[in-house]
Amino acid sequence: MDYEISLLTTIGISVMFALSLNLITGFCGQISLGHSAFLGVGAYTSAMLTKAGLPFLLTLPAAMLLAGVLGVIVGMASLRVRADFLAITTMGVGFLFIGVVRQQEWLGGEMGLSGFPGSGLGKTGFMLLTLGLAGLTAAISLYIQRAWIGRVFNGIAEDEDTMRVLGIDVPRYKLAAFAIGTALAGAAGGLYASHLKFIGPDSFSFVESITVLSMVVVGGIGSVVWVALAAAVLSALPGWFQFIGDYKLLVYGGLLFAMMRFSPHGLAGMAQAVTRGGTHARR
Amino acid sequence: MHAAKSTTVMHPLLKVEAVSVRFGGLTAVDQVSFDVHQGELLGLIGPNGAGKTTMLRAITGVVHATQGEVYLSGAPLVGLPIERRIRQGLSLSQQLVKPLRNMSLLDNVALAAGGRKTASPLRALQHVSNSDELAVGMQMLEKVGIADRAHQMPGTQPLGILKRLELARALALKPQLFLLDEPLAGLNSSEARALANTIADIHQSGMTVVLIEHNLSEVMRLCQRLIVLDNGKKIGDGVPREVMQDPVVQAAYLGGDTLATSQSKVEPQHA
Repeated sequence: MDYEISLLTTIGISVMFALSLNLITGFCGQISLGHSAFLGVGAYTSAMLTKAGLPFLLTLPAAMLLAGVLGVIVGMASLRVRADFLAITTMGVGFLFIGVVRQQEWLGGEMGLSGFPGSGLGKTGFMLLTLGLAGLTAAISLYIQRAWIGRVFNGIAEDEDTMRVLGIDVPRYKLAAFAIGTALAGAAGGLYASHLKFIGPDSFSFVESITVLSMVVVGGIGSVVWVALAAAVLSALPGWFQFIGDYKLLVYGGLLFAMMRFSPHGLAGMAQAVTRGGTHARR
Repeated sequence: MHAAKSTTVMHPLLKVEAVSVRFGGLTAVDQVSFDVHQGELLGLIGPNGAGKTTMLRAITGVVHATQGEVYLSGAPLVGLPIERRIRQGLSLSQQLVKPLRNMSLLDNVALAAGGRKTASPLRALQHVSNSDELAVGMQMLEKVGIADRAHQMPGTQPLGILKRLELARALALKPQLFLLDEPLAGLNSSEARALANTIADIHQSGMTVVLIEHNLSEVMRLCQRLIVLDNGKKIGDGVPREVMQDPVVQAAYLGGDTLATSQSKVEPQHA
């Protein structure tokens, strides 16, 4: 039973993390190759604060706040650069995060952090908390998609110049997407730290950023349900099949490539094409 | 030339004051001034490369005026980003139609109609329902005559429909001043005539319009006043027939290689 509980917790964290990137990349069209940095910011914030004696649940809002603030700062870079340049910029942010953390003795440096207090909820309680928060993230995503802010994100993802001519303050909307998405990643990071009881710079490497991006792409950029499903399956796979754990980069990289080549709209696009019997996927 | 301007007593809706736009060494717009009055349908014409589109872009803020001022209802626009100028009451129908291709025609127009709800991300987060905006969108699509295609996607539509969509979406912003950049370009003569009539209807319903257009016969038919640009300078301003008889304007149109283009634009209309 312990194994299943741990697996479901991992799945919950992955779903939450993938949905947080989906808000930025899927809804608003801002590609990010450094999203694991915000998972890391949340994880380190939560770990350090529990170490300082704060109850775990109170560290989550702090993790969200710090990740969100840093997200807005990175988002400001997205106002100046577009598409491929943004991908490179965010990749740089990911490396910057690891580079900085490695040099900080008070953050555990290369060795990382361990031995910080747990959530105090018990394994089952923590699993329920994680699944609850993942569900909440999905609900927030679905709400955003239906609300006016989602309509505007959708338009910005399609053509931001046209949106400006329609009177939309594009920079503020982009920053909003970054703020919400990175704050949610920060919360996922807090859960991640408490779940694994160990974090180090390598926990938030470029590979993790690619992994989460492949979850979003495989699910279908922008589709909440399919991204959640893809994140759940892809995060469970390494546990089920040892070789996937060994060849993680190969498997996720291959998936990313195959999806982009054969079904750019991911599983959501495939499902839509099948149900409609047509060739026209979303977007 | 300036007689038409001095006789009006109304406060101008748009005031362009000595605007210059320079790109490096090139002066695209050179010290151009003109007023647009409430309820007017003003044509902004000139040979290719005269600076018409650049002038329009300096008004909307797509390009920055190097010099000069632009006022809408007395409020200065220079220095404001595009979206702020749009929210002050400008609306632009672009020469290259740019529908959002991931949503239906109706959703395109409804999105533009939601200006009040999209003023800030926070406000946009608080509103879900778009039934009012869909109603406005439908109204605008009816106004331009493509309501029957409301639920279709833009990707499958011919240019004539997309041009009308562009008009409907710009109208949905409920502007004080409607700027149209070559709405008839690329259409055949009967399509152009039909769309020109739609523009006339929009103007009749009380909209103030500035029209950039190469199709001179339609311009002469629609516009009450013309402003002529050549090489970035204003060379004419007044009643269409008088302006077009001005030797300076005629020279600009007939001089050099612009002869072929101006004639080819006019001739198909006689067919």
